[in-house]
Amino acid sequence: MSVAATARETRAASAGDWALRGARQALVLLGVLAGLWALWEAFKWVGEATELRIRAFQVNDRTFPHLHEIVASLFEPSRRGGPMLIEVLLDAALFTAREAAAGFALGALVGFTIGTVLAHSRLLQRGFLPYIVASQTVPILAIAPMVVVWLGSRGIAGWMSVAVIAAYLTFFPVAINTLRGLHAADPRALELMRSYAAGTWSVLWKLRVHAAMPFLFAAFKISATASVVGAIIGELPAGVPDGLGTAILNFNQYYATAPERLWATNLVAAAVGIVFFLIVVIAEKLVVRRAPEHVA
Amino acid sequence: MSPEPVVSLRQVSKEFGQGGVVALQDIDLELAPGEFVSLIGPSGCGKSTLLRIIGDLIEPTRGDVVVNGKPAHQARLDRDYGIVFQDAVLFDWRTVAKNISLPLEMMGWNRGKRAERVREMLDLVELTGFGDHHPWQLSGGMQQRVAIARALAFHPPLLLMDEPFGALDEMTRERLNLELLRIWEASGSTVVFVTHSIAEAVFLSTRVVVMSPRPGRIAGIVDIDLPQPRGIETREQPRFAELVRDVRRRLRAGGGFEQEGDTLEEELIVAEEGL
Repeated sequence: MSVAATARETRAASAGDWALRGARQALVLLGVLAGLWALWEAFKWVGEATELRIRAFQVNDRTFPHLHEIVASLFEPSRRGGPMLIEVLLDAALFTAREAAAGFALGALVGFTIGTVLAHSRLLQRGFLPYIVASQTVPILAIAPMVVVWLGSRGIAGWMSVAVIAAYLTFFPVAINTLRGLHAADPRALELMRSYAAGTWSVLWKLRVHAAMPFLFAAFKISATASVVGAIIGELPAGVPDGLGTAILNFNQYYATAPERLWATNLVAAAVGIVFFLIVVIAEKLVVRRAPEHVA
Repeated sequence: MSPEPVVSLRQVSKEFGQGGVVALQDIDLELAPGEFVSLIGPSGCGKSTLLRIIGDLIEPTRGDVVVNGKPAHQARLDRDYGIVFQDAVLFDWRTVAKNISLPLEMMGWNRGKRAERVREMLDLVELTGFGDHHPWQLSGGMQQRVAIARALAFHPPLLLMDEPFGALDEMTRERLNLELLRIWEASGSTVVFVTHSIAEAVFLSTRVVVMSPRPGRIAGIVDIDLPQPRGIETREQPRFAELVRDVRRRLRAGGGFEQEGDTLEEELIVAEEGL
């Protein structure tokens, strides 16, 4: 019983630790942000003072707007009499996030299925793996228009085509890590399952999938951000007007007069990627119950 | 022997690779119901391989393996044995209770029946109240007790143990030895126990099978006639020391000491310090 009591004490102590760790992490985050801001402004200042030129690239307010101007532009109207830029961008971000989330889910599902099938057949693995690898060497920009045309001709909505393009970037890391992770089970745990006369299906769901979790979540982290990139790129050929991709294209055209708006759009796009990543990190904490030393 | 043996090995041999290493050669052995048999020998004598052959985790190259009156393969499919390894091999993502109920899930027991049996097993291994803990919250000895509870959860007639206490400290090991004897008496299972501790083998067993290496053979069988039930005082009896000496002599005669060199001799001497 004393062990149970100790466990309870450790849990209570860890709640206090948690708050402290959270505060420290917030402080570190602020420090890093301040550091980045200082670096940015210092480079700009030095570049302008010395009239630094790197070939055609020149440091000035157009190529390197002040960070505070970028942030301030978020709270100015995007056009005369229109809503604030941040409202426009948040709408676009939400739209793109939906495409990316659908793409992530689809890609993860497809990737997991492919990885699982290949993990169970050396023959299929030999036959198909090279093509799966090859699929990722084809640039997404070359694939995207084809996907849009094919799916569009079948009457599928533009944002769903974009989701498919995002899935194209998502499935690969998941497939590869599933393949690797399903083979990561402890050989004695496999012997144990064999001693229970467990079928392939039970071994997969009761053992291999759990052993693969750290690998799967490593893949999900890569895929979460890749799906956002895929969605933004996919919006361009798909001609979907409501997302971040179109916003980037749009503000690109006005870069000469309002560079901070494109920078602000990039910041929002990055924020979407970070949110996606964090969702995966939190999901991992909730799902993966492991000994503390196993948690990366 | 009047009752039908639980395990019967006839002329069992195992070669690894193509015409390569002979791990086991012509093993003949019969285990009566309720026996506690230890397999002892130096590393490389094939004792773990023999255990896995009984459990149909490895196929023998030649020979017949009959478990519970049927071929070993069928016995595995019928879940006629439970197994415990040197490490507990608990699933981190399951609670202690869920680890113990794993084999019951495989056998299609319903939730209520599983919960009841898990409670019984936790009581048996004296871990009452630890069902909701996760494995990493337990000490090594407690983890191994969970592994034993899991192996016995479906009341298999045979329990296979592969150096189950080899990774534990001496104190914990002696305590678990006593506990294992109590569980063995309570469950009535037949036990095959692989170890390289002479003292442990003598203390626990009704028979000790001494094996010799390269190729793995049975060098001798020692009947352990120490009275049951055994306790702490068993190790202090003169008969205990005699039996330990007997097992050690047979190990030496089988080439267990000379061929392995110093490291093995040290290993066996250390193992005897439990005396």
